[in-house]
Amino acid sequence: MKAEEIDILLVEDNPNDAELTLRALRKSNIGARLAIAKDGAEALEYLLGGRPKPKVVFLDLKLPKIDGIEVLRRVREDDRTRSIPVVVLTSSQEERDITECYKLGVNSYVVKPVEFDKFYKAVGDLGIYWLALNKSPL
Amino acid sequence: MMTTIEDVEILLVEDNPNDVELTIRALQKQNLANKVFVVKDGAEALDFIFATGAFATRKIENRPKVVLLDLKLPKIDGIEVLRRIKADDRTKHTPVVMLTSSQEERDVLDTYNLGVNSYIVKPVDFSNFVHAVSELGVYWGLLNKLPY
Repeated sequence: MKAEEIDILLVEDNPNDAELTLRALRKSNIGARLAIAKDGAEALEYLLGGRPKPKVVFLDLKLPKIDGIEVLRRVREDDRTRSIPVVVLTSSQEERDITECYKLGVNSYVVKPVEFDKFYKAVGDLGIYWLALNKSPL
Repeated sequence: MMTTIEDVEILLVEDNPNDVELTIRALQKQNLANKVFVVKDGAEALDFIFATGAFATRKIENRPKVVLLDLKLPKIDGIEVLRRIKADDRTKHTPVVMLTSSQEERDVLDTYNLGVNSYIVKPVDFSNFVHAVSELGVYWGLLNKLPY
C-alpha cells in the first residue's frame, strides 16, 4: 500500500468479497480511491502508521491476526483515529457482535447480503452514502 | 403521516417548517414517512428520547432506528441533545445523524467526537435535498442493522 490519499480503507480477508466490493464501488461512479487491508494487523498499521486518513473504513469482523472488534476498539481508543467513520460490513448477524460494535462506537453495522445482486447493491449504496452524502471529519 | 408514539422509526428534530415538509415528502417517496415523528426543539427531542415530560407515557426501550438532528435548535441545541443521547447507556446505541446546514469544521469535529453516527450537510438545492433525505432514510431505515 502506498502512502497516498484514499477515500475508503476496506478491511477484508476474503478475496471474492474484496473483488465484488471493488466492482460495486466502481459501478456506483463515486470515484472512490480505495486501499485494501487483508487482516486486522494490516488495517491498524495503515490507520495508526501516520498515513493520510480515509474518509471511511469498511471493516469485516472475522479477520486473521487481529479481529475486527479489536481493530474497532483500538481505532476508537486512539485520539488520532477515534473520529474516523467505521462501518462494520460482515456476514455475522450475531446479537453479541452487533451490541459489542455499537458499544465500542461503530458508526454503522451492515450485514452482507448473501445473494450476489443484493450484496452488490448494498455495497454500492454504502459507497454512495459514506462518500457522496456523509461529511467526514477529515 | 403520524404513527403511534411507540413505533416511531425516524425521529426528526427540526424547527424549520419548510425543511420538515421537504424531509417528510422525501421519506414518503421511500414509503418511510408513516414512521416519522417530528419534534421542533431540543427540549422536546430529549423528552421524546428519554420518555419524560409530555412523553412520559412512552417506553424508553422503543428506540427509533435513527434520530435526524438539526444543530441550531430552540431551547437546547443539537450538540447538547447529541451529548445527552450518547452519554446515557439506555440511549447511546441509537444512531444519530446530524442533518444541518452548518459546514463548519468545528461542528463536524465536535459531533464526531461526541459519537455522532453520520453528519450530513443539507443540500441547498431542492432536488438534491430530497435525494439526500431519501438516501438517508433508506440507509438508516433499511440497510443499517441495530442491536435492538
